[in-house]
Amino acid sequence: MQPLLSFEQAPPISVPYRFFLTAPLFGAIAGMILVFLGAETLQSRWSQGALAMTHLIVVDFMLQAMCGSLLQFVAVVAGANIWRPRLVAAVVHPLITAGAVLLAAAFLMERPLLFLLAALVFATALGLFLCVMAMALLRTPAHGMSIHILRVAVCGLLVTLVLGAMLAVTLGLQGEVLPVSSLPALINVHVAWGLGGWALMLVIGVSILVVPMFQLTPAYPVWLTRLLPAALLLVLVLWSLQLFVPGAVAQVWQPRVALAGVLLAGAYAATTLWLQSRRRRRLVDATFTFWRGAMLALLLFTLSWIAFEVLPALGEHPRAPLWLGVLILPGLFLSVIMGMLYKIMPFLNWLHLQRQGGSAMPPPNMKQMIPEAAMRGQMQLHFTALGLLLAAVLWPPLAQAAGLAFSVSCLWLEWNLLGAARVYARFRDKIRARLSLT
Amino acid sequence: MTLPAQILPEHHRHCDELFVAAEESVRRSDWKAAAAALTRFHDQLKAHFEAEEGLLFPAFESATGMSGGPTRMMRYEHEQMRNLLEQLAVACAAHDGNGYAGDAETLLILMQQHNMKEENILYPMCDRALGADAERLGAKLNDMLEKRHA
Repeated sequence: MQPLLSFEQAPPISVPYRFFLTAPLFGAIAGMILVFLGAETLQSRWSQGALAMTHLIVVDFMLQAMCGSLLQFVAVVAGANIWRPRLVAAVVHPLITAGAVLLAAAFLMERPLLFLLAALVFATALGLFLCVMAMALLRTPAHGMSIHILRVAVCGLLVTLVLGAMLAVTLGLQGEVLPVSSLPALINVHVAWGLGGWALMLVIGVSILVVPMFQLTPAYPVWLTRLLPAALLLVLVLWSLQLFVPGAVAQVWQPRVALAGVLLAGAYAATTLWLQSRRRRRLVDATFTFWRGAMLALLLFTLSWIAFEVLPALGEHPRAPLWLGVLILPGLFLSVIMGMLYKIMPFLNWLHLQRQGGSAMPPPNMKQMIPEAAMRGQMQLHFTALGLLLAAVLWPPLAQAAGLAFSVSCLWLEWNLLGAARVYARFRDKIRARLSLT
Repeated sequence: MTLPAQILPEHHRHCDELFVAAEESVRRSDWKAAAAALTRFHDQLKAHFEAEEGLLFPAFESATGMSGGPTRMMRYEHEQMRNLLEQLAVACAAHDGNGYAGDAETLLILMQQHNMKEENILYPMCDRALGADAERLGAKLNDMLEKRHA
């Protein structure tokens, strides 16, 4: 176990950056789908456009950014680099990218073969990713709730992958493997594990560390850090039972189980907002506001869910799930990711340049990596796009304007991140030139 | 109980408070208060590094025989933070609010990811590796940091 514990500060910079610099581009493509397909996309969550957009966002934007961050983050929380990071990134990154494109194309064109190919590509990419993550997270001597929550999140990704592959194969083989009637339950469980078991679990695990330490808030109550992930996991397991019991039986308790999960998510959001309001560092920057916006979106998601339960006429509207989807995907997850990228990339730039240049050539500080005004401007556009997307769910003729705003916001994010990468490359070249002179 | 894994995280939080106090003064452009607050932060952080480098790390290294791994990286990060502290002092003396804010942000992230590794991995390993000696060492660390504190 000991040789693994190197406390290396980071894997090579290209490892996370290749994920970070690809992710926003697919958000931009998702927005353009809305622009081209227009209001029709927002008729229901099952429209081809909505399915394609959703998977571009969850896989190519969210998963891409989360995998890149996790490869980096594990070095800090587990005190060890993952196995052969450069090789893993070189395999996982292009395959995830290709897999998501195949999947989006499969939904848009309804080609069974593309579903099968997507399943194969994802299984390869994520299979490798999950193995190296499991190795790093299981062999670490690290303590603390965060490491347990990350382990659960990685299991959540595994379950999501397996169910997703089953769905893709079912669609690809047109019901030859599993009866098409099993699809709704399979989809329910796939979505719950993907959003709750993987993405939300990861965000919770990361926030327990990041919110108190970087925003200098009080710590999350210890009982909550134990209860929240355990209860969320229990909800997911109960929710998954619908795969094995007859639909009529499941329908009785399913809504209650789902409500419990949603209330847990709401409790997490409310706690985070409360902690943020008690922070000692008064500084408000783009990252902080992104986090706060994300938590407000999650809280609004919870309240909307309750409203849909109380008012079934509203909840059964075909566009109700889209309202929830907008709040949770661009609202919660993309906001957190954008806010984190604006901290991670400037810091990694500094860290890697500092190592190369030493004290003889101190690198630019973090605030010189991406202009503050550019981050704020992009953040305002992101929240504007979020507002427009919600408005478009209520009134679909706004779909194209919302899609365009979302696309431009993602492109602006990409531009800001590329700017950071350029600052890195320029300063690295300066260091190299200086070293070659001496 | 005075185990290193209890005393040192507490002192991290104390340093955080001092970091915030200095940063707030700079944000208000109260340079006199900022200089005083930065000096206090500087002294406490240095005392923390000295306590670790002088007492904790050598004890950990002799107990585990691991001298090239975690403690080497922790010492390296201490050096990085010392350099940033110097830069903060220069920015403060020059009344350079932007320069200070940028260096402070960099130091904060570096310091917190460093603290995470120590609190979640290294300190618990120290407590375990040192066995019965852990409390004695903790008491020494406590004395050293409290004296500086006074």
